[in-house]
Amino acid sequence: MTTVTDSHDDHHDHGPAKGWMRWITTTNHKDIGTLYLVFALIMFMLGGAMAMIIRLELFQPGLQFIDPGFFNQLTTVHALVMIFGGVMPAFVGLANWMLPIMIGGPDMALPRMNNWSFWILPFAFAMLLGTFFMDGGAPAGGWTIYPPLVLQGGNGFPFMVFAIHMMGISSVMGAINVIVTILNMRAPGMTLMKMPLFVWTWFITAYLLIAVMPVLAGAVTMLLTDRFFDTSFFSAAGGGDPVLFQHIFWFFGHPEVYILILPAFGIVSSIIPTFARKPLFGYSSMVYATSSIAFLSFIVWAHHMFTVGMPLEGELFFMYATMLIAVPTGVKVFNWISTMWKGSMTFETPMLFAIGFVIMFTIGGFSGLMLAIAPADFQYHDTYFVVAHFHYVLVTGAVYSIMASVYYWIPKWTGNMYDEKLGQWHFWLSTVSVNVLFFPQHFLGLAGMPRRIPDYSVQFTEFNMWSSIGGFAFGLSQVFFCYIVYKTIKGGEKATDEVWEGADGLEWTLSSPPPYHSFTTAPEIK
Amino acid sequence: MSSENAYFVPHDAKWPIVGSVGMTLLLGGFASQLNGSTSASNVMIVGFLILVYMMFGWFGEVIDESESGTYKSNEDASFRIGMIWFIFSEVMFFAVFFGALYYIRSFSVPWLGGEGSGVLTNEFLWNKFEAAWPTNGPGDVGGEYEKMGAWGLPAINTLLLLTSGATCTWAHWGLIANKRKQLIIGLALTVTLGFVFVGLQMLEYSHGYNELNLTMGTGVYGSTFYLLTGFHGFHVTVGAIMLTVMLVRSIKGHFTPEDHFGFEAAAWYWHFVDVVWLGLFVFVYWL
Repeated sequence: MTTVTDSHDDHHDHGPAKGWMRWITTTNHKDIGTLYLVFALIMFMLGGAMAMIIRLELFQPGLQFIDPGFFNQLTTVHALVMIFGGVMPAFVGLANWMLPIMIGGPDMALPRMNNWSFWILPFAFAMLLGTFFMDGGAPAGGWTIYPPLVLQGGNGFPFMVFAIHMMGISSVMGAINVIVTILNMRAPGMTLMKMPLFVWTWFITAYLLIAVMPVLAGAVTMLLTDRFFDTSFFSAAGGGDPVLFQHIFWFFGHPEVYILILPAFGIVSSIIPTFARKPLFGYSSMVYATSSIAFLSFIVWAHHMFTVGMPLEGELFFMYATMLIAVPTGVKVFNWISTMWKGSMTFETPMLFAIGFVIMFTIGGFSGLMLAIAPADFQYHDTYFVVAHFHYVLVTGAVYSIMASVYYWIPKWTGNMYDEKLGQWHFWLSTVSVNVLFFPQHFLGLAGMPRRIPDYSVQFTEFNMWSSIGGFAFGLSQVFFCYIVYKTIKGGEKATDEVWEGADGLEWTLSSPPPYHSFTTAPEIK
Repeated sequence: MSSENAYFVPHDAKWPIVGSVGMTLLLGGFASQLNGSTSASNVMIVGFLILVYMMFGWFGEVIDESESGTYKSNEDASFRIGMIWFIFSEVMFFAVFFGALYYIRSFSVPWLGGEGSGVLTNEFLWNKFEAAWPTNGPGDVGGEYEKMGAWGLPAINTLLLLTSGATCTWAHWGLIANKRKQLIIGLALTVTLGFVFVGLQMLEYSHGYNELNLTMGTGVYGSTFYLLTGFHGFHVTVGAIMLTVMLVRSIKGHFTPEDHFGFEAAAWYWHFVDVVWLGLFVFVYWL
């Protein structure tokens, strides 16, 4: 038991604890942010390695390297690792690092819970990845874990269910912390409509997380009881319906995809004004657009299941509601472009990634609009067109925004400038290769190549080869990224406090790297 | 901001990692148990005990800090906002099961009975199945069963929980008016009513399993019935334990009329499980 008295020590002079225990018991938002970011990078490389094996197998038609069962395990776990282990923890890490600083607070509002939010994750992923070594291997029914297929899995199934429960607990606690921090820790004068957009988008993301992670928990619980406790939720013989699972899953799943992109909107809305040297165009419309997207995300879920046999009214409602999302998204893209209009632009690496985001995320948005058209979706459903669509929004969308934010803020975090030349190389290598990787998949999908199948008809060979070559190049570019990050942490040109000459925001008023406790005295907000 | 008003940022949190280990052992053990391992229940027990140890340690630390005046209005606000959003997450968790119930009752069962686009399903797969509620499905899964009536134990349980909500508020009034005795009696009544509720619920389950042949395997009726009431019962148990802690703290002389968020959080939670029960009573038992 700890004694309570030592919690009264002087907060101002308290630095990090000594030794490796610092990282286990820390309650500091920067330490925890760093943990999240490092964890996300490891998961990103691990999920990437799985993707490399997938692309290797798909290099040629026929079965070359791995058996189809293992292929299915890889596609399933690749998605779960990238979503729950890569992108989400990366965003939470950025939130941890930046939110308290951006709103002028001393730390996250609930520091101990913050520690737990992170420290559940390594255990959850050990459990999930452990399923590869169990009887029957890892779950292989796709990341959407539809019954009845997923119920036929091996011993890994209950472990996956509990791993998802743990990730959910972690996410909900993290989200509660974000909301409480934003509502309660702002410096005097930092009104809601003065908050940087990254704070706003995370606020709305946290709301979505709290609303839908319990829904996923309920869904996987029903899967668990259907398999082990004789319930009939998803079995027609007992009066249930497998389609019910799809409804519940996508009621979680659609807000989830906005969880994966709203923080990206916030990041890009911070970076573009800096390098265009103009304030963000249409700040309040950005806030309202983000809120509308969040609201709409709750009433569009069934566009993931147009082919499942819904009543016509359902098809129409979900089609039109989905198309509505293009309106607030269009507002955002318009605002980003208007911010750049007549700006004094420079193109450092963060800006390159941000512009890459705007262009390529919009491509993903357009293919999303195509998929939203119910009659057309009957053709596209479960083809590589869908794979191309969501990789454009997630890789060149979410992941690009994370890359952009790392380049943008790493001088602040470490006190060292990254190597600009290497950063530019990383951007161009990534951008060329990622398009070689995913663009041909549009054509493959339109021509009818189904997703999640390790073999394909010979006429798809050439595009698949291109895609695999792009994939390997993209993978190598990210190894290069790890090197750039490592090099920056080790040393480099010292960064100034402001880092970027056009930058606006409280994070640039602190030293680089910032003091261990961010704002022990609340800053003045103009 | 002077240092006296500085937000309290604790250091060296060792309970979270203990909790992670406990949670992993509990859930990993449970998963192995489900896979047929015979020794996994020991792992579960160890994990559970570690979690209990963690809660004693963690909450104990927080209570000590609270009693020693570490928390000011800012920290208090954080706890309040955090608790509200935690309860919202719980609302969403129950919403899934209620949503599943509505979907099954208004869509999947009627479709199986041939309504709307279900004509052919009914004709060729489940011929002669007539949609009705409750149902164990066209496959008669789980065999003959009887419905759980609303106006026996469930009605009594409704009364118990509603009364406990009132006694809880009465205890709160006592606390605000600095009437310690009223607080303790009110809380003791609330806790008692809560545990009696859980006891009656167990009685009802045993009635269902032994006399009505109503089990979790009784088609979709049994599934929704036991998962909805089961998760609710679990939440009532948690709420009652929380209130028991508050009772012990009240007897020890914790809380002041102005400052008693621990009590309020438990009371909020209690009212939340109360409201969920009303939904259950109407949609699971009655209609």
